[in-house]
Amino acid sequence: MIDVVGTLKRSWQQLIAHIDFPLLVIVMAIMAFGLATVHSATYDANERMYAQAGNMGVAMVIMWFVSRLPPQKLMNFAIPLYVVGVVLLIAVFLFGIKVNGAKRWLSLGFTRIQPSEILKIATPLMIAWYFQRYEATLRFKHYLVAGLLLLIPFVLIAKQPDLGTALLVGAAGFYVIFFAGLPWKVIIGLLAAGAAAAPILWSMLHDYQRKRILTLIDPTTDPLGSGYHIIQSTIAIGSGGPVGKGYLNGTQTHLEFIPERHTDFIFAVYSEEWGLLGNIVLLILYTLLIGRGLMIASAAPTTFSRLLAGAITLGFFTYAFINMGMVSGILPVVGVPLPFMSYGGTALVTLFLGIGMLMSIHTHRMLVKK
Amino acid sequence: MGDFNNPEVDLDRFRFRLGFAAVFVLLAFGVLAGRFIWLQVIQHDFYRTRAEDNRIALIPIVPNRGVITDRNGIVLAHNYSAFTLEITPSQAGNLDETINGLAEIIDIQAKDRKRFKRLLDEAKNFESIPIRTRLTDVEVAKFAAHRFRFPGVEVKARLFRQYPLGHVASHAIGYIGRITERDLKWIEEAERQANYKGTDHIGKTGLEQHYEFELHGETGYEQVEIDAGGRALRSLKRIPPVSGNNLQLTLDAKLQEITEKAFGDRKGALVAIEPSSGGILALVSTPTYDPNLFVDGISPENWKELNEHPDKPMINRTINGAYPPGSTFKPFMALAALEMGKRTPNQAISDPGYFTFGNHTFRDDKKGGHGSVDMYKSIVHSCDTYYYILANDMGIDNIAKFMASIGLGQRTGVDLGKDDSGESRGVLPSQEWKRQRFKRPEQQKWYAGETISIGIGQGYNAYTPIQLAQATATLANNGVMFRPHLVRHIVDTRSGDKRPIEPKPLRDLEWKQKNLEVIHRAMIGVNKEGTGARAFAGAPYSVGGKTGTAQVFSLKGSQYKESAVKKHLRDHALFIAYAPVEKPVIALAVLVENGGFGAQSAAPIARMVLDYYLLGKLPAGAATEDSAATDDDNEE
Repeated sequence: MIDVVGTLKRSWQQLIAHIDFPLLVIVMAIMAFGLATVHSATYDANERMYAQAGNMGVAMVIMWFVSRLPPQKLMNFAIPLYVVGVVLLIAVFLFGIKVNGAKRWLSLGFTRIQPSEILKIATPLMIAWYFQRYEATLRFKHYLVAGLLLLIPFVLIAKQPDLGTALLVGAAGFYVIFFAGLPWKVIIGLLAAGAAAAPILWSMLHDYQRKRILTLIDPTTDPLGSGYHIIQSTIAIGSGGPVGKGYLNGTQTHLEFIPERHTDFIFAVYSEEWGLLGNIVLLILYTLLIGRGLMIASAAPTTFSRLLAGAITLGFFTYAFINMGMVSGILPVVGVPLPFMSYGGTALVTLFLGIGMLMSIHTHRMLVKK
Repeated sequence: MGDFNNPEVDLDRFRFRLGFAAVFVLLAFGVLAGRFIWLQVIQHDFYRTRAEDNRIALIPIVPNRGVITDRNGIVLAHNYSAFTLEITPSQAGNLDETINGLAEIIDIQAKDRKRFKRLLDEAKNFESIPIRTRLTDVEVAKFAAHRFRFPGVEVKARLFRQYPLGHVASHAIGYIGRITERDLKWIEEAERQANYKGTDHIGKTGLEQHYEFELHGETGYEQVEIDAGGRALRSLKRIPPVSGNNLQLTLDAKLQEITEKAFGDRKGALVAIEPSSGGILALVSTPTYDPNLFVDGISPENWKELNEHPDKPMINRTINGAYPPGSTFKPFMALAALEMGKRTPNQAISDPGYFTFGNHTFRDDKKGGHGSVDMYKSIVHSCDTYYYILANDMGIDNIAKFMASIGLGQRTGVDLGKDDSGESRGVLPSQEWKRQRFKRPEQQKWYAGETISIGIGQGYNAYTPIQLAQATATLANNGVMFRPHLVRHIVDTRSGDKRPIEPKPLRDLEWKQKNLEVIHRAMIGVNKEGTGARAFAGAPYSVGGKTGTAQVFSLKGSQYKESAVKKHLRDHALFIAYAPVEKPVIALAVLVENGGFGAQSAAPIARMVLDYYLLGKLPAGAATEDSAATDDDNEE
């Protein structure tokens, strides 16, 4: 007799062997809010919501695959992915398509790709690999090389110009270097140098970038232009009050005052309808997500896996913080989606690659122990 | 070398930095939480007021829908401005109380309430919904005096569609109605969502639907500051709308009206076409309906009456009714025979009054037969036996090939409805058609015996009146064929340019002139000495014509009834005509359902239409049935 129940049970366990349930539950909770909010933001046409649900399905399948790859395998991807990414960025620089005054896309004939997205994962992967390689003999010069590995994609992306993505890629790389033990003196020195160089950086910014920063300081200077986004989204959040206006009842949303309301500004929609209560719940969910990620990093067995886990986790934090900060009017408007909430397939795939890697790092550690 | 790093120290440092990061994350999120508390608790009142009070709204300005006029400038569809009383549910508080309060000062009936309920379910909370349309000036004044009592209620000026001629040409013009889910899909497929913001009506049938995107126009916008009641405080910027394009038709409204009257209370269809352009002069399907009923949302009682009426007034018989052509098929058969070399004009048969094929006898209407019959006589006296033999000689696929070339059994592509799907195809019988139509192999086979009655326009034959009219117009125009169309040109409101529709012929069938002359001469003979002679007695113009009678039988029945017509069964009467034959300006096909013989009821209508169009005579009322015609001329 074949033990049907036993076989099924074993194959099921095999299937979920590399899934980290705390992580999955937190992410699914955030996505449930996201889906509901996309529905509210695109009330006239439900296709977006269904498309987003489809994106989530695809992204989670990718997560499942990645979670099954042991970290050693992930290391093998570090150099090829980084090299391909940088080559594509150079290609964008040379042959990219200009959309709205920025060269971010590369045409492959049948489709267009945005190579900067690859670097969000490839850069921390590469730098973590590098520190793993030299973990036993780490010297100061290695930090310089790591800095260079970070600077190449950062500059190429910032030149497109796409400051938002450049900052995200830069942050992800910096977190690896930070966790690898970059001396505090250097960090403080960099901060001081940055502050001193601010005027020079200012002069290097594009006009629209400067305008966004100026608008942040006083949005009313340009109420129908670039201040419009911030004014309308802060009105949306503020008018939401302690408990919100109720699902599907956001006037700012449904009277179409909020621009990009199912993508970058989705938080304004959520916040208007769910109020402070909803915001706190969402902040707690993100905190739990980051907490779980840091736990995984802390328990990770190798230099590579702990640096990568730490950087990915802080990457999630950066996305969430910058997005909520810009929508609520304390950070300039940059094109950063709210993780697991905003509509968009590419961003979801990138995020779930990260989740999959975290799961891989965590579950393979347990297998090693056994 | 020797100075390796200590892994234990590294791990401790890493964990310390993780802790540092955790603290940093908590601090940053704390800052966000602080910001949220500031905005949502401390400053909440300020932002709530801003959200409600002082905001900039983009208000779409709906463009004027294009006007439809006939070929002489008579208005068939236009817009008029009227006041409506509208409620914005999100601002009105208790809706029932509000409506009851309004009913005390303004007449609000149960049907208004019903419509409001229905629209409320469809609409978003922030849109204003009409509770009463077409307010009188007195009512507007009354409401203005009480306005303070009703927050969220206001009087708006809206444009309404009106069809001044009412029932006339309703099947051609169609009507507009409120946008439904299905219409929304159509708008989305055409990627015109933005342009339909604020629009709540759309073309539902006829020209109104076919030319929807021409008639609609471009929506404008006004940027306004609005207050808590949603009332505009001041205008900041205005982009005016662009009115929809106007349609000038080839249709002659007077001719249309007279033709509809000529039908009286009989059911039927008539399509009159200008042969040299394909422009439709009259498109009649009776009974008609009043399209004005639909504009404001048709009441259930009216809808029930129209929809359940036994005469089916909502069906456009000209494009959706498929009828056997009867003997009107014969001139086309004769032309096909000449063009394919199957007959010469003088080749005569001896008609004993029947034709035997296998063990079945096909009978002629005239007992004892017509004697010696050549092509001329076969058309003038509508000899069946001649065409039984001819059909047998030609074979079904030759017949089908020729009839397909003149458009029978195919959609004409007339500019009515959303796309072709609204038009019936009819049935052009052929071996291939039968193979596709039936499932079982024994049904799929074409029997030679079935070809015989095809020759006299019976059997599986079924064509729409517009197809017959197109074929007649093509014959009148000596083989140069046009797609029938109702719009002569679209008048662009912005530039004033006139864009003509279909100025070029579809195809030239290149028929031989001498063959055409035979047919023309015979069709003149029909109205001089044949089946149409009584109806066209004394006509001062040369007119070609052919009578026809369509038997009512089930397509599915393999056996059709014998050709002798039972007296109690009223068949469909048909007539095709064109005039003047030398240089035709009008060609038409008439069908009267259950009208008996073609000569009896269809030909008199054709006579009235031609008299009016060519001579400008204004006959009044319905065309009389020529009851005597049945006995003398039942040769069809």
